[in-house]
Amino acid sequence: MGGFPILSVMLLVPLLGAIACLFLDAKPARMVALLATLIDLALGIVLWANYDIGGAQWQFTERADLFAGFEYALGIDGIALMLIMLSVFLMPICIGASWEAITKRVGEYMAAFLLMEVLMIGVFAAQDIFLFYIFFEAGLIPMYLIIGVWGGQNRIYAAYKFFLYTLLGSVLMLIAMLWMVNESGTTSIPVLMQYDFAPEAQTWLWLAFFASFAVKMPMWPVHTWLPDAHVQAPTAGSVILAGVLLKLGGYGFIRFSLPMFPDASAEFGWLVWGLSMVAVVLTSLIALVQTDMKKLIAYSSVAHMAIVTVGLFAFNVQGLEGAMMIMLGHGLVSAALFLCVGVIYDRLHTREISRYGGLSINMPAYAVLFMLFTMAAVGLPGTSNFVGEFLALAGIYQANSWVAFVCTTGIILGAAYMLYLYRRVAFGEQKNADAAAMPDLTMREYLLLGPIAAAVLWMGIYPESFLAPMRADIEILDTRLAAAAPEGDAHFVMGEGAPAEEEHSEGGAH
Amino acid sequence: MDYAASFGLILPELILAASGLILLLVAAWGGDKAASTVSIAATIALGGAFALVVPSVCAGSSGPDRLAFSGLFTADAFAGLAKLMIFAASGAALMVAPRFFDRLNAMRAEFPVLILFAALGMSIMVSAADLVTLYMGLELNSLAAYVLAAILRDDERSAEAGLKYFVLGALASGILLFGISLTYGFTGTTNFTGIAIAVADGLSTGQLFGLTFVLAGLAFKISAAPFHMWTPDVYEGAPTPVTMFFASAPKVAAIALLARVALEGFGSQALAWQQIVIFAALLSIVIGALGAIGQQNVKRLLAYSSINNVGFILIGLAAGTLAGASAMMVYLAIYVVMTIGSFVAVLLMRDADGNPVEAVSDLAGLSTTRPVLAWCLMALMFSLAGIPPLFGFWGKFVVFQAAVEADLIALAAIGIAASVIGAFYYIKIVKVMFFDEPAGTVTGKSDTAHWALLAICAVIISPLGYLLTGWLGNLADMAAASLAVAI
Repeated sequence: MGGFPILSVMLLVPLLGAIACLFLDAKPARMVALLATLIDLALGIVLWANYDIGGAQWQFTERADLFAGFEYALGIDGIALMLIMLSVFLMPICIGASWEAITKRVGEYMAAFLLMEVLMIGVFAAQDIFLFYIFFEAGLIPMYLIIGVWGGQNRIYAAYKFFLYTLLGSVLMLIAMLWMVNESGTTSIPVLMQYDFAPEAQTWLWLAFFASFAVKMPMWPVHTWLPDAHVQAPTAGSVILAGVLLKLGGYGFIRFSLPMFPDASAEFGWLVWGLSMVAVVLTSLIALVQTDMKKLIAYSSVAHMAIVTVGLFAFNVQGLEGAMMIMLGHGLVSAALFLCVGVIYDRLHTREISRYGGLSINMPAYAVLFMLFTMAAVGLPGTSNFVGEFLALAGIYQANSWVAFVCTTGIILGAAYMLYLYRRVAFGEQKNADAAAMPDLTMREYLLLGPIAAAVLWMGIYPESFLAPMRADIEILDTRLAAAAPEGDAHFVMGEGAPAEEEHSEGGAH
Repeated sequence: MDYAASFGLILPELILAASGLILLLVAAWGGDKAASTVSIAATIALGGAFALVVPSVCAGSSGPDRLAFSGLFTADAFAGLAKLMIFAASGAALMVAPRFFDRLNAMRAEFPVLILFAALGMSIMVSAADLVTLYMGLELNSLAAYVLAAILRDDERSAEAGLKYFVLGALASGILLFGISLTYGFTGTTNFTGIAIAVADGLSTGQLFGLTFVLAGLAFKISAAPFHMWTPDVYEGAPTPVTMFFASAPKVAAIALLARVALEGFGSQALAWQQIVIFAALLSIVIGALGAIGQQNVKRLLAYSSINNVGFILIGLAAGTLAGASAMMVYLAIYVVMTIGSFVAVLLMRDADGNPVEAVSDLAGLSTTRPVLAWCLMALMFSLAGIPPLFGFWGKFVVFQAAVEADLIALAAIGIAASVIGAFYYIKIVKVMFFDEPAGTVTGKSDTAHWALLAICAVIISPLGYLLTGWLGNLADMAAASLAVAI
């Protein structure tokens, strides 16, 4: 790519779009937002096409001495590339999802979303620890506004909860970062990823980072902000929240906690496993009894994210690759599910599951797509989530078979609540006349759901396209973790056939 | 050192003193009709003083040749940087005042003169190298400030604020003076350098008492908890331009002064005062945050916010290092901008008749009725809460960095966790402005001078402010380095 600062441009385009949107009326603001996000998507494709698989670990690096105390340093590896792709792919869809649903203060709404995009790309591309923090934390402001201004009935409570919960989680991380920089003398993330902190210090640092990422992820028991935020946020807000913002926690683990504090990560592996096991079972059961569609999907997100965390803390390549694949797959699938909810919410203005029923009769196209995403959420082979979940569970099985056992029940429970949801919404008799009269998907909705469906199938059928850029980075991480990795309990001992036979013959001689 | 050189060093103060006296005569003979002339002249005098201080700050001046009058007064870079903030904040107060007072027919010619004298007092405070100079500057500032608080003679709240400020201020001065006399008695000198030598090998009980009382007196002036009680009442009662002035300039002066006493005078006994400062810092953060939650008046809320911010500034001082002093100056600079911006936004809140409105509930739905004002105020609130990417975050960042570098990790962790409580009421203002239905109270037109000032503040606290970090950090580092610290 020569010297073209593509990452900075990807930050700049939505930023300028956001500023422009603030001063525009509804119609032009929508167009500007769509244009900006599409330009970013195009730039993202260029980025992927030019990413040199097997090349340098950090590519497209940029550096500028703009600030004191920290650097404006950008650069990506395969992991960041994939997450940036996820963000730029979902963003135009978010704008499209809000096209008709948002009618008040459209300019400000679009500006908030574009700002969100800047910050998300910034988080994944930042190579300076403080720059990362600024992007990471700044995301609170637009999200607070999105939930609070354009949210549902109980939006103010949800906005407060979201803001304060995540802020409290992250501030301690800042202190840990300050300590790390003071200790190591550098703010560069790539350098810090190689730096060996003293094991005692790692414990504290790991906990401080954990406080932040566990809330973002979200892990049980600090997940309670998520259902509130999801339910109250507008559809596109839920999409971006589930699609990308939840991935910040996982990205944090894979970029900071694991490589920077390998010893502490191993030491606290049990904690992560334990919380994840509880989360998988408990939140799946909670999801089973929800009557609100968005809440159901929100709880299912918590369960899926728990499988991400066990995969990350499996300390082997399969686990890490699986975790990354679930993050990508879940990003697409949960986004699509929220869009599916949004489609019928726009028609009937309720999220109550019992208000629908038999939609496959009057909305067949919708029912097909909804079915596809339901199956993907369940983890059916051929869809994106299968790849990730299989790898992650295979990874954790090597580390601890009990954790694998408990987490696998989550897949079964997942099938239960998702299929139950689907049955109640799409099948059965049409008991509500207004629901039965709803028209099928419009062109705009096809355009929103179609690309995601394609991506879900692509990821399920040929995951190599997505795994290839990340492979080298995950191997580097695995090598870094190898020394600290806890001993697994499930290593098979291959029995040798021949000696047994000898014994037998000896026995016969007696 | 001869007198000519000494007078050269105090030239900015001489300008302020002379122009203050001349303008007082103009005001006496010209009456209130001359108010605007006096205002403009006072602003020019402040600008002149500002320009004279700039070179010493940029050069990082320090050392014995910056001492005037046999070591009573120092014109080093630390004092210079504080003076720049003080003069800028005073100028801003002069800029916003006419429009506010004109409507009440209360624009008096004394107002700019009093601001000038207060600025002079503060300028002497930050340059004090001796406890007597310190007291002189402090009282000159305070006397002007008491009158300023009560300048709306017909307004009961203003009179109450003035009286309250006077009584409690006098008490604090008494405490301070008691501390000074104890310090003098047990060290045999009032000079900071002399004190540093006297306490170099440990504090005696008497010296410790002196130090404690001096710190208590100064804590009152910076409204650090537990000496903060006067702040909400005075801030609420005083006319808004005066409140803006109180929340910015005197804070800078008193904090710079506190840093100088602690680091220069008692720098070798950091352990003795660190505990006090840490206690005051954490208490201020918590009280500032909790106290603000229930407030219905924006000015009162900002008063608690200033208590909260002082707590963070004190964390920089608690670090007890030059990096801490430098971080403190950076925070102060950002704090002054945020404070001025917030109070200008309050000044811009007017109902249809042009009367000022101050209740939080009047802000409801401001984002639909006055979007620009709402967005600026939102940026200021998030900035005060220390949420990146706004510039207020940088202030918190540097003080916590200094605390972590000084190994005060527990202090940093508790302080930053408490800052989340503070975030609650800042985002509550945002909630009222953005999420609630419009109340339709704030409809009146506003002055261009106010808008200009708000725009400047908004640009500085916006993410563009980060481009200043190098320059600001550099100035603050040089300023801190010019402190003759005995650690």
